[in-house]
Amino acid sequence: MSTIPESFPERVGRTLRDGRFTAVILLLPPALVLFSLFVIVPLAESGRYAFFDWNGYGEPADWVGFENFERMFGHSVFHQAIWNTIKLVLVSLLVQMPLALALALMIYRKTPTNAVFRLIFFLPFILAEIAAGLIWSFVFDGNYGVAAGITHAFGGEPYFVLGDRTWAFVAIMTVIVWKYFGFHMMIYIAALQGVPQDLVEAAKIEGAKTLDVVRHVQIPLIKPAIMVSAFFAIIGALQVFDVIIPLTNGGPSNSTQTVVTYLYTFGLSRLKIGFGSAVGIVLFLAAVLIAVFYQRFSNRAVSR
Amino acid sequence: MMKGGLARELLRLSVLCIVAAFVLGPLVATALGGFKSNLEIRTNPMGLPASWELTHYLGIIRDPSFWSYLGNSLVISLLTVFLTLLVGAAAAYVFAQIRFFGSRLLFSYLLLGLMFPFATAILPLFLKVRDLGILDTYWAVILPQTAFGLSLAILLFRTFFEQLPRELFEAAYVDGCGYVRFFFRFTLPLSTPILATVGTFVFVQSWNNFLLPLVVLNSREAFTWPLGMMQFRGEYMTAWNLVLAFVTLTILPAIVFFLAAQKYIVAGLTGGAVKG
Repeated sequence: MSTIPESFPERVGRTLRDGRFTAVILLLPPALVLFSLFVIVPLAESGRYAFFDWNGYGEPADWVGFENFERMFGHSVFHQAIWNTIKLVLVSLLVQMPLALALALMIYRKTPTNAVFRLIFFLPFILAEIAAGLIWSFVFDGNYGVAAGITHAFGGEPYFVLGDRTWAFVAIMTVIVWKYFGFHMMIYIAALQGVPQDLVEAAKIEGAKTLDVVRHVQIPLIKPAIMVSAFFAIIGALQVFDVIIPLTNGGPSNSTQTVVTYLYTFGLSRLKIGFGSAVGIVLFLAAVLIAVFYQRFSNRAVSR
Repeated sequence: MMKGGLARELLRLSVLCIVAAFVLGPLVATALGGFKSNLEIRTNPMGLPASWELTHYLGIIRDPSFWSYLGNSLVISLLTVFLTLLVGAAAAYVFAQIRFFGSRLLFSYLLLGLMFPFATAILPLFLKVRDLGILDTYWAVILPQTAFGLSLAILLFRTFFEQLPRELFEAAYVDGCGYVRFFFRFTLPLSTPILATVGTFVFVQSWNNFLLPLVVLNSREAFTWPLGMMQFRGEYMTAWNLVLAFVTLTILPAIVFFLAAQKYIVAGLTGGAVKG
């Protein structure tokens, strides 16, 4: 704005007078302090503690190098946790997202009936995971729950799906789909409502079948939304914890552990700070890797 | 043509109704279970109760610890929302309004929280909270929650603040209104839509949080409702009717809140999560 360039002292003087400096030193530090203290410093400390054997009291003194990582990668329960996380990602991508997309296509138009269904399908998402887990542990209870009612009706023996090594994780994945499909559906609905209706109408006048319109017009146009929802499905699978605790607590015989329940069971609840930090670091690296991969992938998809 | 349309509409509605039954079934069974005797839950888990027993629900409503759990959760959630909005908006305002040496770097720094899950650093976080001497207090939950919520809040706030008309600031500036006063007098009041969206998002996250309270709260007096619910479940392992009544009463406020503020909740949870 000013035509004459200011000298440095002039600029400092003006900055002080108009309160710009005050604003910066008054409004910014609370965020910086809180964020550093409770997010960045603990993260950095994780990176250090991961190389110690430490119970959290006194100073970490017992340097063990990569031993924590070696123990973790050699632990069969950790392999199970990773495998379960991969299963969660696959179920999200292959069952949950197609289901959500199909439902979104059925109810994205703004009508009163659709609004009611939208509300119902989104409802599980706002409930606490822990409550969802507890509700479903009742449903699956072989003595009391809905499962009991079904086996009872057919005259079968009580069956405890959550106590069955083979099927417990399938039950958990059912709960996950129940809890989160509405969230993905809402992302698609928002995107579908942004697709110009003329385009859909034009395709129909040209004689395109509904399914063709979906495949060649609507899905390509909402691709960014699908990518975002895939990203959330993957990041979400990495974090599953609350739902597991009331359902199986990681059992039977550790068959339903996820990365975070593994961190909790083998790191936190035994106060093995070093080992738990090592698990945390692996979780961190996985999340960063996914974020970077997603960035590159979505940039390429957009530029195409 | 018309016939095909009708058949398709019927198919659509039946699919929607089946999915709705899958979604609502467990919730309805839970709410009804609270009215049944334990024997009846065994034989009739899904149907209407033979007689509507109010004793389980009333017993929980009369239990002071139930209200203490809800109260703790409410105070923690409200304070988390208040702090996140205030601290986050203040920082975002600086980034939107003032260019200074290092501002871009600091902005990127504060967005690092978007990159990784909360559980990553939970162990050192526990030690930090312990060493600060705030273990088992509200602050042990509020401060880390706020810190982790800041990244998304700052990102959304800055985008919104940058879209506010600049002329407004220039006019106020000419009238002698400084940067800090402008923030409180104009920016905040003009930003209610984004404050409401972020606020709802933060509130729901805090209200439902389980892992952090589990790690930093030990005494029942400080328990939030998810911890209280698990405690209750542990005490009444076989009395499903009591547990179901408890679950119903705790998720009821969430459902009412959802129906009342659905616009902000949907915007906050999907839009907020998608983060532009």
